[in-house]
Amino acid sequence: MSEKIATREAYGKALVELGAANEKVVVLDADLAGATMTKLFKGAYPERFFDCGIAEANMTNISAGLSTMGLIPFCSTFAIFGAGRAYEQIRNSIAYPKFNVKVCCSHAGVSVGEDGGSHQAIEDIGLMRMIPGMTIVVPADGNETRKAVFAVAEMEGPAYMRLSRLASPIFEEDHPFEIGKAIVLREGKDAAVFACGLMVAEALEAAKLLSAEGIEISVINMHTIKPIDAECVTKYAQQCGNVITVEEHSVIGGLGDAVADVLMGKVCCKFTKIGINDVFGQSGKATEVLREYGLTADQIAAKIKATI
Amino acid sequence: MNTAELSKVCKQVRRDIINMTANASSGHPGGSLSMTDLMTCLFVNHMRIDPKDPKNPDRDRFVLSKGHCAPCYYAVLAEMGFFSRDEFENFRQLHSILQGHPDCKKVPGIDASTGSLGQGCSIAVGMALGAKLQKKDINVYTILGDGECQEGQIWEALMSAAHFKLDNLTVIIDNNGLQIDGSNDEVMSLGDLAAKIRAFGFELIELADGHDLEAIDAAFSAKTAEGKPKCILAHTVKGKGVSFMENQAGWHGKAPNAEQRAQALKELED
Repeated sequence: MSEKIATREAYGKALVELGAANEKVVVLDADLAGATMTKLFKGAYPERFFDCGIAEANMTNISAGLSTMGLIPFCSTFAIFGAGRAYEQIRNSIAYPKFNVKVCCSHAGVSVGEDGGSHQAIEDIGLMRMIPGMTIVVPADGNETRKAVFAVAEMEGPAYMRLSRLASPIFEEDHPFEIGKAIVLREGKDAAVFACGLMVAEALEAAKLLSAEGIEISVINMHTIKPIDAECVTKYAQQCGNVITVEEHSVIGGLGDAVADVLMGKVCCKFTKIGINDVFGQSGKATEVLREYGLTADQIAAKIKATI
Repeated sequence: MNTAELSKVCKQVRRDIINMTANASSGHPGGSLSMTDLMTCLFVNHMRIDPKDPKNPDRDRFVLSKGHCAPCYYAVLAEMGFFSRDEFENFRQLHSILQGHPDCKKVPGIDASTGSLGQGCSIAVGMALGAKLQKKDINVYTILGDGECQEGQIWEALMSAAHFKLDNLTVIIDNNGLQIDGSNDEVMSLGDLAAKIRAFGFELIELADGHDLEAIDAAFSAKTAEGKPKCILAHTVKGKGVSFMENQAGWHGKAPNAEQRAQALKELED
């Protein structure tokens, strides 16, 4: 895992590739094209790029309208403004009519860093999960982001994609990507660790640290939060007996709750949710902020150990 | 259709609104009655749509941004032949296609689900933009409520319609002056709507009488300058056509009882 690229950057590049393959693809942004990296698409296909200005609610519903004309809109902004500010627009004007809009939000989680708590969405997965019929994808690295972009374009209906600002490692191994199909990255009998986004790399590092102490954990990349791969979750929970979820999101409403919903009343296991513990984030260097909230490999390893 | 024929259809639509809301013992008759002439004229004389082919990709589009006035929408669509009038009695009932607010998944002829105020206008902007991008000759229409213009998103939508030069978009404002809690001026003054909309880059046609079918018809036919979106600001009467409902905010979201229904239907006879 040497090369690093932010999933937002991989998103921008993938859009350019997708734009070449599919002329129905249009991209919208709300004055953040330089940050969400949709500027790459804007450069390649200016006629199919619409900057809606600092008006996310309008952009979200313009996307809804464009989708009814047979186009495939990728509606992009920061997670706090997309899933947050335009929540009800997504709920009522995209998800309720089942329109084919892809809401793709970067700068999710506390790894936003310096901008601080006002800009660090820690509840976006929860908000989107509660909407009936919403597909939620959280790619773990640059390669997976590319595949996810193509996959959400291929599927019919609303989807939410969560992307990060911080550059993160590209996994050495390449895995096939299918929406709703979790990827087992590492097999180990002592615990099943379900992670998403940037936390997948951290969980893999935690696995190495634990392995040195003789503890072997399974690490599962939950790139799709909804529909969740219930079969995989159940199987690994039963197999390992200890379940740990890791996400750069509130422990309320996110991946941890999605996994718990699968297991509740079905599998008897120890369960620890690692995430943001019902507090807002703050300014700092992304790596420092992640450490502040206990989301680095060594901290995750310690919590896994405590669970077992 | 000439205005005499249109006028007959409008009466039928108004009777349907009364019957639907009375049957359901709920719904929004006031605003449905105020927009009846605008919507009927638009659908009968101007929109290029085919009830036998409701999903034709090249059809004109309509968004009822003031989605609570679904009874008028349903009555006009049935009149056009998109579905049977038998559906009316199921309005607002369990498992009905005729939801309290328009649901495009369920009703043939409806292009967008609306009801949460402020959102439909932006959807219409997206439709008009999509038509332009694909170089299709498609006109997009949306009806807004005046009270709805208190939503900030309406102004985001108007700003973007002018920015994207959407001369294939017509925004119609049903300016009946009343909303749930009282008059617009009591609740939240809209000020000089006409001046505001012009300042947002629209070509504006103001209809002093939003029930004058000849004037409405001419407003829809009027061509605007290239690159400029059109707004028809129609001054209307809430509850129009039913004496005891006219200009009464109380009839915004209240259904007539049996006695009131009978009286209303009598007033709306041909």
